[in-house]
Amino acid sequence: MDSRFLCNRIYILFLLKTGRLMAKTSPPRSSKTSGSNAKALPEYKASRDEMLDFYKQMTLIRRFEEKAGQLYGMGLIGGFCHLYIGQEAVAVGFQSALKEGDSIITGYRAHGHAIVSGASPKSVMAELTGRSGGIAKGKGGSMHMFDPKAGFFGGHGIVGAQVPLGTGLAFAAKYKGTDNVVLTYFGDGAANQGQVYEAFNMAKLWNLPVIYIIENNQYAMGTSVARSSGQQELYKRGESFGIPGKLVDGMNVLEVRAAADAAVKHVREGNGPILLELKTYRYRGHSMSDPAKYRTRDEVQTTREERDPIEFIKKRLLEDGAEEDMLKSIDKEIKDEVSEVADYARNAPEPDPSELYTDILVES
Amino acid sequence: MAELTMIQAVNLAMREALAEDDAVILLGQDVGVDGGIFRATQGLIEDFGAARVLDTPLAEAGIIGMAVGMALNGMKPVAEMQFSGFSYQAFHQIENHVARFRWRTNGRFSVPMVIRMPYGAGVRALEHHSESREAYWAHTPGLKLVIPSGPIKARALLAAAIRDPDPVIFYEPKALYRAFKEDVPDVAEPIKIGKADVVRVGKDLTLIAYGAMLPRAVDAATKLAGDGIEAEVIDLMTISPLDEETIIQSVKKTGRAVVVHEASRSFGVGAELCARINDKAFFHLEAPVKRVTGYDIHPPFFAREQHYLPSVLRIYDEARETLTI
Repeated sequence: MDSRFLCNRIYILFLLKTGRLMAKTSPPRSSKTSGSNAKALPEYKASRDEMLDFYKQMTLIRRFEEKAGQLYGMGLIGGFCHLYIGQEAVAVGFQSALKEGDSIITGYRAHGHAIVSGASPKSVMAELTGRSGGIAKGKGGSMHMFDPKAGFFGGHGIVGAQVPLGTGLAFAAKYKGTDNVVLTYFGDGAANQGQVYEAFNMAKLWNLPVIYIIENNQYAMGTSVARSSGQQELYKRGESFGIPGKLVDGMNVLEVRAAADAAVKHVREGNGPILLELKTYRYRGHSMSDPAKYRTRDEVQTTREERDPIEFIKKRLLEDGAEEDMLKSIDKEIKDEVSEVADYARNAPEPDPSELYTDILVES
Repeated sequence: MAELTMIQAVNLAMREALAEDDAVILLGQDVGVDGGIFRATQGLIEDFGAARVLDTPLAEAGIIGMAVGMALNGMKPVAEMQFSGFSYQAFHQIENHVARFRWRTNGRFSVPMVIRMPYGAGVRALEHHSESREAYWAHTPGLKLVIPSGPIKARALLAAAIRDPDPVIFYEPKALYRAFKEDVPDVAEPIKIGKADVVRVGKDLTLIAYGAMLPRAVDAATKLAGDGIEAEVIDLMTISPLDEETIIQSVKKTGRAVVVHEASRSFGVGAELCARINDKAFFHLEAPVKRVTGYDIHPPFFAREQHYLPSVLRIYDEARETLTI
């Protein structure tokens, strides 16, 4: 008998005997010591004005992104363009829980985060069209949005590489003696990058004020979480570092806000890092060129119909007594604003060629 | 004035920076309690505390990524990689964030940080414990690359690097850490990053070197002087941005140049220097520019280490050959 075959047999017998093979097929057991859990939090009790604000912000992102998709189709946007459509409740819900001096850092799907953190939609769209009026003067593009005033540290193209940066931002916040927190967003794909765990370890070691937010839209480009991850309950990924985790419905802005409030309180009070997994969904492709072979149209359609974050808050507003006409007029205002944004982004001048040589070094 | 080795001078520069500016912190594996793998940070945790002399886990990408975040948020981190050969774990953080943040954000953020790394052969190690891959960093726009060649310069250049608003890769030639002492002044004489130093004036040819090869180039110049040849020796000190002016001025005067580095030969700093000299001083050249370098191999284990490194004799021979043309 081939010795490799024999070794495999012995190994499988070992796994069966110790029950390790079973773990693959049994439902995962929750850890008793980790403090991670999947139980839904009570929703945030929002006033009507707050709900209206959520509605406006999410609708603005949605219409903005739809317009970006159109401009891309017209060849006006170069490079890449990763749309946030479907995930709006995450950035909007979290942003509403922050205070002055808190910071945000995220990956490449950054338009929504830039807008909710305070960047003007015009400057974001003009960045996509590579114009001098862009938020990085048309030198950064879709993945590289930054706004120091808003505490928005980007906008990063290398998947997962922003996670140590966010951890370092949190180190500095603590070192300077502030009680500020840092939101460090990344996706389910980034959750499989090694340096994420280097950062987790240091964050817990020094109890840094960082909230790790996994925006689990379920696909790393074309690879689903199930096809890429041995442990699919991503909120548990901090457990062995001593970082508590929580599963949150990322399509329900009120649950997001409640989770954000609890996480911000935990971290601001000096309890160290926390990890939240936001279950969400992107309706569009990973980028503008996406063959979409990895999911069915039906899956996308069902999610749109049953879990859409904007429809959710709209329904709550109507139940609360908001007038449908008022919502329609908000929709109209946003539509007009986005048209204006697009006009600006199409017509702003391109960067001067001399800009190519600026800002390589401070003294250059 | 104190007689210090280069490792003590490096230590002094960090001590002074920590005392001068609360935003400065040191971080890396074993930089605290253990005083650093080569003892560069010895005694600093005792005087400045564990919050500023930070022992990190073994995680190069995490260390550099964290340091970028710190630098973006108002701090001035000085990170140590135990050996330059370990920095490849952090390569993408250096390439994608350290070097580009300023450009990418159109100058609204900068990354004032220093990454110290011992590099080079001559300590009976091999491969990633001995190699000189400075060309990687010099090739990347947005980084400054500084390499001292002795205690006085190490102290002054590291002080300048920590104060610099741009990210600086600080390559320390580990073979020189305890090779000789110099009288290091009580107050650092400022050395500007981006300037080369003419350490010996001559009219017959120009030897260009840096780091651990500088003392060998100087020794070769002394040997040439025995033959009546006056070699000018330039210590680059800053590899990037390169002090082209000093080099071109010298080569225009001597008409001959030999570049010395211990890094492997192809696509290295020597190739860049040859190209610049061709561009700017071609009609002053009396002979082709020579390179005396390591070979295109990985630095060998100790039995053959000195065969790999440019020796004084190799530098001398190549210089003589240049002069025969």
